[in-house]
Amino acid sequence: MSEISKVKNPSDVATVERTEQVLTFTPRFDIWENDDELILYGDLPGVSAENLEIRFEEKQLSIHGRVDARQGGVQYLYAEYGVGDFFRTFAIGEAMDASKIAAELKNGVLTVHLPKSEAVKPKRIEVRQA
Amino acid sequence: MLGTRWQPWLEMQSEMTRLRDEMDRVFGRWSHRRAPFLGQAAFPLLNVWEDDNHYFVEAELPGMEMEDLEIFVNGSQLTIKGERKEPAGEPGTWHRRERLYGKFTRIFELPHVVDADQVSAELKQGVLTVSLPKQPESRPRKIEVRAN
Repeated sequence: MSEISKVKNPSDVATVERTEQVLTFTPRFDIWENDDELILYGDLPGVSAENLEIRFEEKQLSIHGRVDARQGGVQYLYAEYGVGDFFRTFAIGEAMDASKIAAELKNGVLTVHLPKSEAVKPKRIEVRQA
Repeated sequence: MLGTRWQPWLEMQSEMTRLRDEMDRVFGRWSHRRAPFLGQAAFPLLNVWEDDNHYFVEAELPGMEMEDLEIFVNGSQLTIKGERKEPAGEPGTWHRRERLYGKFTRIFELPHVVDADQVSAELKQGVLTVSLPKQPESRPRKIEVRAN
């Protein structure tokens, strides 16, 4: 009874909820840094751009890729991996220019560019000949 | 005396590897994404299912294009071959390297012979699905039961 009373007002439900049990996996990432930016490469097979949510707040970059069941209720003859959502959070230590963060997704690989803010970029000091 | 020396450490190692492979096989569905690649016996991992007329084999191959892959069928044996290339090295530092690169070959034995000429493959968002039509003799047949 309590369950029913909790959702009696449908407008209380903020997000679309899925009814089936969803597995969540930690995707594999490579992180590369140069003087200007950090680049994250992540394997997110089966994730489309519209099912991918990337947020950057309080120095935390969180990546959530939704993967809908590709074979509804099929009985596997042989199963070596699970299919489910991908979720991972990274703590980004250096000051990033949040407005310039860019991400692209191609063939199930996510690339996130995190440009460093001018303040933390290494500066080349010109040495003058005295 | 080559090859006859008793090497308990190597034996134990291979026993541990076997045990881990066994654990991975049993629990892999839940744990494999945390396991390092070096300990992984096969790549890519496969999920296999069937309907009345086909076998379906699925693999996760993010970042790959169809032209990076070779798929062969010989009788009941499916071979998936390819190479995943590393991003070109520019000056900079790698902080984390978890993704897998390199050449791979995976051979999988299907339960029955398939019609090799009709095999098709699709690669979408880094997920490969191979459809392998069954030969007529391995399709389920409906047996008519007549009442006398």
